[in-house]
Amino acid sequence: MIPDLGKYADTVLSAYAASLVLMAALVVFYIYRSRKSRRALEQIEQRMRRDG
Amino acid sequence: MSIWEYANPKKFMDTTGPVLPWIGALAAVLLVVGLFWGFFLTPDDYRQGSTVKIIYLHVPSAFLAINAWFMMLVASLIWLIRRHHVSALAAKAAAPVGATMTVIALVTGAIWGQPMWGTWWEWDPRLTSFLVLFLFYLGYMALWGAIENDDTAADLTSILCLVGSVFAILSRYAVNFWNQGLHQGASLSMDKEENVADVFWVPLLVCMGAFVLLFLYLVLTGTHTEIRARRTRALLARERMS
Repeated sequence: MIPDLGKYADTVLSAYAASLVLMAALVVFYIYRSRKSRRALEQIEQRMRRDG
Repeated sequence: MSIWEYANPKKFMDTTGPVLPWIGALAAVLLVVGLFWGFFLTPDDYRQGSTVKIIYLHVPSAFLAINAWFMMLVASLIWLIRRHHVSALAAKAAAPVGATMTVIALVTGAIWGQPMWGTWWEWDPRLTSFLVLFLFYLGYMALWGAIENDDTAADLTSILCLVGSVFAILSRYAVNFWNQGLHQGASLSMDKEENVADVFWVPLLVCMGAFVLLFLYLVLTGTHTEIRARRTRALLARERMS
């Protein structure tokens, strides 16, 4: 399945691995922070509605 | 109907919220298609061999590293001139994306450079200006984190963004300004003679589109997060006062 990368196989694969790991970490970080901020806001809004 | 209506945080969230998952999905699809096409379906270059496949990550990330800073510059100017909070928060949300893209461009460039140039790093004008741009990204994020008052932080980071723009421009045009160094000229050009061959160009365009959409998705998501965080802080302060 993987094309024949010849003598540069390590070079190409390491570039792809490093980039994809960094991009995945970035996306996970943004989604995690987004969910955390949504939960925090919902909690305080609920508390304020309950307490009037 | 004016564009400035979107400076209202609620209007901004209501408008961009529903399209956000679609932008994310389209970015993911284009990224998979572009990288699959580039990695599996394109031939090796006659001089660079299979290392040419790194272009599908290196060029889009370098493009975004520079243009993320320009987006931050525009947002910072809007903040400084019109005092719209959403623009300052959008600039703040773009910084980690730009910084990560700069790292990807530097890392893939070093990995690519080793077999082609015989060195991981050279104090070449483009490489050096990219490294300085990365340091500006770090400084920008550190400044946001160091100042408690949101408006003061937005003011100071906007000024830093204006100063850093010099290096963003240098990063883009370094190879033209100084006719020295190892780095080649632009890979993407409107001039057909200068451009990469079509067989590499089309999947590269798909990857560029994917990276731009990914940037848009992350900046919008990050701006939503910052708006919610600011509202949470305001409500907590109100709760403490009552």
